[in-house]
Amino acid sequence: MDLMEYQAKTVFAKHGVRTTVGEVVHTPEEARAAAEKLGGTVVVKAQVLTGGRGKAGGVKLASSPGEAEEKAREILGLDIKGHIVKTLNIVPAAAIAEEYYFSFLIDRANRNYLCIASAAGGMEIEEVAHTNPDAVAKISIDPATGVDEAKAREIATQAGYPADVIDAVAPEIVKLYEVFLAEDATLVEVNPLVKLKDGNVEALDGKVSLDENADFRHPEFAEFADSSAEDPLEAMAKAKGLNYVKLDGSVGIIGNGAGLVMSTLDVVAYAGEEFGGVKPANFLDIGGGASAEVMANGLEIIISDPQVESVFVNVFGGITACDAVANGIVQAFELLAGRNEHVSKPLVVRLDGNNAEEGRRILDEAGLAGLERVDTMDGAAKRAAELAAK
Amino acid sequence: MSIFLTKDSKVIVQGMTGSEGTKHTTRMLASGTNIVGGVTPGKGGQSVDFNGQAVPVFGSVDEAVKETGADVSVVFVPPKFTKGAVIEAIDAGIPLVVVITEGVPVHDTAAFFAHAQASGTTRIIGPNCPGIITPGEANAGIIPANIAGAGRIGLVSKSGTLTYQMMYELSDIGFSSAIGIGGDPIIGTTHIDALQAFQDDPDTDAIVMIGEIGGDAEERAAAFIKDNVTKPVVGYVAGFTAPEGKTMGHAGAIVSGSSGTAAAKQEALEAVGVKVGKTPTETANLMREIMLSLTK
Repeated sequence: MDLMEYQAKTVFAKHGVRTTVGEVVHTPEEARAAAEKLGGTVVVKAQVLTGGRGKAGGVKLASSPGEAEEKAREILGLDIKGHIVKTLNIVPAAAIAEEYYFSFLIDRANRNYLCIASAAGGMEIEEVAHTNPDAVAKISIDPATGVDEAKAREIATQAGYPADVIDAVAPEIVKLYEVFLAEDATLVEVNPLVKLKDGNVEALDGKVSLDENADFRHPEFAEFADSSAEDPLEAMAKAKGLNYVKLDGSVGIIGNGAGLVMSTLDVVAYAGEEFGGVKPANFLDIGGGASAEVMANGLEIIISDPQVESVFVNVFGGITACDAVANGIVQAFELLAGRNEHVSKPLVVRLDGNNAEEGRRILDEAGLAGLERVDTMDGAAKRAAELAAK
Repeated sequence: MSIFLTKDSKVIVQGMTGSEGTKHTTRMLASGTNIVGGVTPGKGGQSVDFNGQAVPVFGSVDEAVKETGADVSVVFVPPKFTKGAVIEAIDAGIPLVVVITEGVPVHDTAAFFAHAQASGTTRIIGPNCPGIITPGEANAGIIPANIAGAGRIGLVSKSGTLTYQMMYELSDIGFSSAIGIGGDPIIGTTHIDALQAFQDDPDTDAIVMIGEIGGDAEERAAAFIKDNVTKPVVGYVAGFTAPEGKTMGHAGAIVSGSSGTAAAKQEALEAVGVKVGKTPTETANLMREIMLSLTK
């Protein structure tokens, strides 16, 4: 889960990182009040989960409360790379002397942590890495030893931060590492990390991604979830505990196992090429087991998607054999009928693996309306794409 | 022969008395695995009956190792306790720890992986993986043993169900070992580790490698294949249709910006001569052709 800037700065402040959280507002009038409260020149910043806000006109200076209201009116509702601005962060304008870049992240390749730091801050780090790779320091962090004051000074030196800021920046680096660990973050990025004219070092912006696998030890994460930004079908699926991602095609997909479902999407898109570019409508992994309830919930989400023209249920019977899965499908239809929901779209089922024959027999005997059985994954994908194209 | 796991492996199950642990211990025993004990803190001294076979429960991994000489541990404990359980197994000197648990925080995995590296003695497989099977000999994890028998194909995959699918498609030929390495951002055994082991295994003739979006493990595996693998490798990559910035089921399966795409992985593999199938079935057919040509 990605945090917005003001949320990231709130988390920084909790761990003693020097930053200014400022005010969080949702209307131009609130922006005026916030600017009045803060006094002086303020910065009005769009809160969206994407980069490039500045270039898109999402960050503006305002020298009076009236101007803050005006700028807020311009920024609210802006579409920044598909993200509509609904929230603003108002902060006092800082007296900046220098800007740097700093981040901690998970290093998948080396299976430890990586610190990326540069004295060239304020711009996209990918751009700096591309145009001036020597200006970007990449420092490997051993999770067993972590980052103490000495390591922080080493990082700051390697990053090329000026000698006169090292005393001020090192403790901030230690605290940012604490944020990374204690908050179960997979990314902590500060761009820019600034030296103020008074010599202090402050996190002027913040980007934090949290590990949802660690939710169990962070009940406070729940308040960060931005339900307003979520796709309504994704929100509905989440409420039912389903692993669902909305896509823009017309073949609804249900499968068991993340890898198999991803593969199913590809196979449908591949088969759909000959039907004028039919594509999958979603990712939905119902996991192992054969619960009729889970299958019914999955079907319910998929048939609520108005873009869906056909449904492809792709199940490999492994740990849970095909006969149990087939019974689950039959009962799911009964459950849906009980909820006054009907599978009105054609449904293609591919069941293969352990006890496949018994599973297929159960489906055939049930004679469910609109259900077709195709026994190979490629064949079933083709049939589902064909039905969606009709 | 096989990789990492043989009929001589002595396996313990951490979390054996939990529901998943019990279910899969039953299955592992049924497929001939030599399960010498279970570990559940506080339940030492008890034993669990699996269809007439009593398996002792120990209170700690250390005790289990001392009593049984166990050299493999399969971990089923919940995410909250996984880090502690794996560190306990590492400290007890277990050479192979297979972590089935899904949903382990990545910082916990980073910590126990670093601990394993420092120990210099423990290989970790997973977390969030189906484990490893050497058909006809032993099964450490949850891969259904009745899908495919012994043969001379090696299989390494990030995904559980695609492992099963591929084993099923190639059940007419069979496998030396099949290993599911998991799709989390940090994993204990990588494609490269498995490729190296299959390359060194005299009973493996060819390798199927299944990857998916996220990270650059497949690209690095491709570079490794170029320099180190002489056996034929066939590949499959899932996630061509995945949108940018969305996690597709596995915690590590995410395209970030332009990195981690399926197309880049396919390209890297094909550039080093690995044939990549468009669908699992096509991939299996590519492997079947290779195996048939080898037996001629």
